Amino acid sequence: MDMLIQEFFNFQVMARVWPMILAGLIQTALLCAVLIPIGIAGGIGTMLLATSSHRALRWPTILAIDFFRSFPPLVLIIFVYAGIPFLGLQVPALAAISVAFFLNASAYFGEIFRAGMKSVPKGQVEAARSTGMTAGQTFLYVTFPQAVRNVLPDLLSNTIELVKLTTLASVVSVPELLHSADLARSLTYNSSPLILAAGIYLLVLWPLVRIISRLEHRLR
Amino acid sequence: METWNRFVFTFFNADIAWRYWPTIVEGLWVTIAAGLLVVVTGVTCGMLLASLRTLGIRALNIPIILFVDIFRALPPLAIILVIFFGLPNVGIVLPSLVVLWTSLGAVLAAFSEEVFWAGITSVPPGQWMASRSTGMTFGQTLFHVILPQAVKLAIPPLTNRTISITKNLALGSAIGVNEILGQANSALSMSSNATPLTMGAFLYVLVFAPLILASRMLERRYQWGGH
Amino acid sequence: MLMSSSPVASQGFLLEALQIRKTFGQTEVLKGVDLQVKAGELVFLIGPSGSGKSTLLRCCNRLEEPTGGTLKLNGTDLLARSTDINEMRRKIGMVFQSFNLYPHLTVIGNVTLALRKVMKMPKAEADARAIENLKLVGMAEKALSYPSQLSGGQQQRVGIARSLALNPMMILMDEPTSALDPELVDSVLEVIKSLRDRGMTMVIASHEMNFARNAADRVVFLENGLVVESGTAEQIFTNAQHERTRQFLRQVRH
Repeated sequence: MDMLIQEFFNFQVMARVWPMILAGLIQTALLCAVLIPIGIAGGIGTMLLATSSHRALRWPTILAIDFFRSFPPLVLIIFVYAGIPFLGLQVPALAAISVAFFLNASAYFGEIFRAGMKSVPKGQVEAARSTGMTAGQTFLYVTFPQAVRNVLPDLLSNTIELVKLTTLASVVSVPELLHSADLARSLTYNSSPLILAAGIYLLVLWPLVRIISRLEHRLR
Repeated sequence: METWNRFVFTFFNADIAWRYWPTIVEGLWVTIAAGLLVVVTGVTCGMLLASLRTLGIRALNIPIILFVDIFRALPPLAIILVIFFGLPNVGIVLPSLVVLWTSLGAVLAAFSEEVFWAGITSVPPGQWMASRSTGMTFGQTLFHVILPQAVKLAIPPLTNRTISITKNLALGSAIGVNEILGQANSALSMSSNATPLTMGAFLYVLVFAPLILASRMLERRYQWGGH
Repeated sequence: MLMSSSPVASQGFLLEALQIRKTFGQTEVLKGVDLQVKAGELVFLIGPSGSGKSTLLRCCNRLEEPTGGTLKLNGTDLLARSTDINEMRRKIGMVFQSFNLYPHLTVIGNVTLALRKVMKMPKAEADARAIENLKLVGMAEKALSYPSQLSGGQQQRVGIARSLALNPMMILMDEPTSALDPELVDSVLEVIKSLRDRGMTMVIASHEMNFARNAADRVVFLENGLVVESGTAEQIFTNAQHERTRQFLRQVRH
């Protein structure tokens, strides 16, 4: 038991590495602050293309969605980060993961928004258009808000997935939370920094997980 | 033209592909085997936990909900690193493949418990009453009446979850599991060429694209019955 | 106040739809239908399901694009490229069988949305206009409720207020009572009757034959995408010229 506490819940070690962990946390927060908005924006764009009435736009988009959904994000990151330099181009790690996450998030958010738009009855469009609203106004004020409401649990849950996804940046040495924790672990020969990082993820994401469970049971 | 040739040489190099093909296919078998292990244990444990929850015993429900919430909230890579680097220091040494399997298995168990439980709670209570009124036991009712209906509701969201969690097998490369990405990565450093990565990516798509297509077909049949 | 936009129609017709055709793929749903409506008139469209009533109404505000024919509202060509159809749709209210209230907005939000976004009215003014129209349909007390908290009859009255608030020249109603429980039908019919008494021009596709008999100025019998017969309510119900009309009326009465 002592050994377990010594290895996993060593507060002395945690206190010592805290500045490193904090720096990592800030990096993770910044990553999320950038990735979540552009992921959602990319998802909305993808949805607009995937629901377009032009086949030439619709089918390639759906194909791309499925492609990036079947592509493990880590493979995408490594591909961009380790592959491109062989062409003689230097890709900063941050750019590599941003591109990879953007493609991944756009595909997943796009698919969720698409399902949401599909769940809005056609009569809603007719009602709005019959009062003289343009297609754009109808989307903005009538169908899209309903779509978002219908898939809110999925949107939240994908946002959590995106936050969890930022840990992959550690593989290409972006000093985010998990990377800092792992570095601290190798410096202290002790796993408490990893537990500390895990605790931070739990602290932030657990409430969201609870909210999703609530929402899902209410909508059902 | 020069750039194009260089691009082809870097990412689609036939010589390199020929040389490293066997290595990467080895990784494919590891990925498939690990994937099957994760899916079977994860989904089975998830259904077991959801079934236990129907008993309505507080002392049982609280740890189940705790487990589910924690493994839904934690990043899989964090779980993998804690188990892989932490356990040896307390005297438990597990092969990296086992670490990958248990970590992802636990994550999938958590997510599938949630999906199955959602399915179970959306079966109308009248089904329980009807079944018990014919003299069936609690267990019989659960297995013959409730679970079949719950599973049907659970299939589309479960397929999506299973795919996205199984894709994390690539994380194994971070702890030295020689699955596709791990193999491709070492081939990349040996050959100083990105073609092995292309092959790895291709194999991943080969494995997962059919699953994604299948999930689309399922969804069409069940009309996004996920939630 | 309500009917302030008293229209001056060309040749006396407010809405003039001539030789309207509509094809969906291979099937011709409307095969050249004429529908002429004078200001202040209440016209009933009757006919078996699939006869094209609903499609005809949707063609009148171009929710469905007619494949042929001419369409004029108060002399303005609705099919002309130069016509802003969104501007015109505002002048043609529409009420739907399934109400189609916006579930994410309150009752007053439903009524004010187009006032604010299409007519660019300030919030206070839009709210006042909405309350005024909700009063007309007896729904002002429910202004802050959500559609899901209302009965079908209440929802449909809000639907009527929503189109009324835009001060339309006329209102199209597509089976406004067919989705309602029988005991809720009357509340909606009463509202329609009060609109008629105030001089609102309406075209209603409906199976409420008793109401048509009492309230309609003119009845148009449609079958297989063609007008079989049209006339005053009196003519159609007591002295129909065509055997098909009489047959249909016998069927719906049983």
